[in-house]
Amino acid sequence: MKHRTPWLALLVAAICAPALARADAAPGEPGRGFTAFVELGCSGCHGTVGQGGPGLRLAPQPISAQAIAIYIRNPTGVMPPFTSAELSDATIIDIQAYLASVKPPPKLADIPLLN
Amino acid sequence: MADRLDMKRRGLFGAVAAGATAIAATGATTKGARAAESAPPPAAPPSAAVKAAEAQPLAPREMALVGKSCSDFMVDVMKSLPVDYITTMPGSTFRGLHESIINYGNNKSPELLTCLHEEVAVGMGHGYAKVAGKPLAALVHGVVGVQHASMAIYNAWADRVPVIVMIGNTLALEERRPGVEWTHSAQDNAALIRDFTKWDDMPVSLPHFAESTVRAWRIAMTPPYAPTAIVVDGALAENPVHDEPAAIPRLARLSAPVGDPAALTEAAKLLADAQSPVIMVDCAVRTAAGMADLVAIAEVLGAPVIDKGGRMNFPSRHPLNGTQRAGALLRGADVVIGIEVADLYGAVNNYRDVIHRDATPMMKPGSKLISLSAADLLIKANLQDFQRYQPVDLAISGDGEASLPLLLDALRRGVGRSDAREARAKALADAARQAHDRSRQAATYGWDATPISVARLCMEVYAQVRDDDWALTTGQGFQSNWPSRLWDFTKPYQHIGDSGGYGVGYSPVSSAGAALAHRDAGGRVPVAIIGDGELMCAPTALWTLAHHRIPLLMVVHNNRAYHQEVMHVERMAARHGRPTARATIGTVMTDPNIDFAKLAASMGVWSIGPIEDPAALGPALKQAVAMVKSGHPALVDVVSQAR
Ligand code: HEC
Repeated sequence: MKHRTPWLALLVAAICAPALARADAAPGEPGRGFTAFVELGCSGCHGTVGQGGPGLRLAPQPISAQAIAIYIRNPTGVMPPFTSAELSDATIIDIQAYLASVKPPPKLADIPLLN
Repeated sequence: MADRLDMKRRGLFGAVAAGATAIAATGATTKGARAAESAPPPAAPPSAAVKAAEAQPLAPREMALVGKSCSDFMVDVMKSLPVDYITTMPGSTFRGLHESIINYGNNKSPELLTCLHEEVAVGMGHGYAKVAGKPLAALVHGVVGVQHASMAIYNAWADRVPVIVMIGNTLALEERRPGVEWTHSAQDNAALIRDFTKWDDMPVSLPHFAESTVRAWRIAMTPPYAPTAIVVDGALAENPVHDEPAAIPRLARLSAPVGDPAALTEAAKLLADAQSPVIMVDCAVRTAAGMADLVAIAEVLGAPVIDKGGRMNFPSRHPLNGTQRAGALLRGADVVIGIEVADLYGAVNNYRDVIHRDATPMMKPGSKLISLSAADLLIKANLQDFQRYQPVDLAISGDGEASLPLLLDALRRGVGRSDAREARAKALADAARQAHDRSRQAATYGWDATPISVARLCMEVYAQVRDDDWALTTGQGFQSNWPSRLWDFTKPYQHIGDSGGYGVGYSPVSSAGAALAHRDAGGRVPVAIIGDGELMCAPTALWTLAHHRIPLLMVVHNNRAYHQEVMHVERMAARHGRPTARATIGTVMTDPNIDFAKLAASMGVWSIGPIEDPAALGPALKQAVAMVKSGHPALVDVVSQAR
């Protein structure tokens, strides 16, 4: 799936919304993140392990919580937006922690059905 | 039952049943009455009046129907056509014809197949025709049966597929039994479906029936294909033939309308002179010869082919298959030809479902778009399946497949060898290989996930059948197109596209019909990947498969939701600034979870599931495929990711 990288939004957010980028922000909790990822419907479009589907692949090695926040508050493609009222910065940090906890898949060469 | 209460007919059936020959007729008739017609419940003792009537000797006029009945003649007409099957859910409006098919016609050519819903009867015809290349007939009850059938007829219409729909009716009021027969009769039964059939008639005599039925076949089978309907008058059918039987018109050999040769030559020139020509196909190819022509056109031109997947048009792993790079190819193209592309506007515009709808043309300014399609030859006003109007530079009206040889000839005449073209073909082949590798890599993500990833589901299925003569009978959009991204499709019958009309319930019923045609072709292993919502719309197809021993591997892509609708409601919640988490209300099928294996088993279909562990899927599929190869349907319920 193709989309435009929201460079301008990234820049604006880096200046105006530093909370998510702060080094001392409370670390995310993957369990809570998974629950939110499923309950908010992210998993329906991105897959329960962020593998992709109608939405892009998000895991493993996700983008930062701040980049996630920027995108989902103001998506540039067809993804529905999520406001901070529905999805707090803290929950985004949890979601990012969950996505970061997803184990890498088996190597392509090790999956006979794909070779 | 109304039939039982009808003294005249009840007496006749009683007498026939007592005779040696026609037990089947009695069974068919008593079973044939619809639930809606069941006045007293079966357990109720017959009334005194019924008992008295049954004890009466037959009235002489009930014995008069010896010799040929008009419905026998109708069977002669059907036998004159290459119609191998007639699917039906029984109904009293066509009971005469029903009885003639099974007894007079000996239930062969056409063979009557029992369906438990008219949507199954017609939907089987939809899938069957796309594999067999010819229609079957679906015999449906007057008024109520037509309404049950209507969505499947609409799907076939929107997909431009031939089905001969035969509708029971009783036209003359004095012939109608009071009560139910009135509610199932109409002045114009076919009016209910006229918006989405190509032609219909209500014959009132035998010559009329013969002519119109042969015409219905010919019109349905002249591209653009579409369903046609014949209303069968029940009173006519039940009468004896008094005169010499009418002549049955012979069936013509048919040819398809071909695009204007001058226009095709012009199109060939535009394509040959282009720097970056692109071929886009959707419902273009029906036969191996058509596919060979399309491959030759792509190779002569050194042009990529974007297959929109309405049919299996182009080998999925051919070096010039550009389907996975459609956006990039369209953006870079200077000339594009769309061949039988059902939604050309949607194919060349990026239309976004956002608050302020926007659409960005994908092709660059100054590029040229050619359409080759029979769509303009068959269009109606009311239902909007014709899609948005897309301006083109050259619109060639003609059947896509039938016009391919002329386009190929023109290209061969006009295109010489060129280093640039060869270099382009090589670059396209490299890009196609890379795209394929990207898809394989993408499939690794979530490979071991639970619920089972859809990529894994598809590849586990493929692993079990890839060495057989397999065919996929379902569309792939809801499976993220994993099959066409990763399986090696080479033959037209290996993929027959989707429903056309997006009427839910298509997959199980059309797969049953497609599997029937594959069974007749011999040695094939048909596979259906069916969404849970799809299956629940028409689960009775399972019984028909079991009853008629039609082998088909059904894999339920069970995401326990109408996932497309989940996403739509999420989108609306976001748009209205309300919680998306509630979007599951009214869109998911959990609490209780549906047990598809039990559902299938209850109708005599071998089944296994729900499979939740990805490692258990391969072994389960192996057993199911063995069952299919032994001539039976089998179902595997796979709890899967959404897409
Ligand atoms: C209805 C489907 C849908 C839902 C629900 C959805 N997304 Fe998306 N998402 C998409 C699509 C499609 C894209 C690709 C860009 C686009 O079209 O907007 C995307 C893109 C993204 C991106 C950008 C990825 C990148 O690498 O640029 C992020 C991050 C993201 N989604 C996170 C989320 C999270 C977190 C949720 C839940 C709170 C969510 N999405 C819910 C469909 C969805």
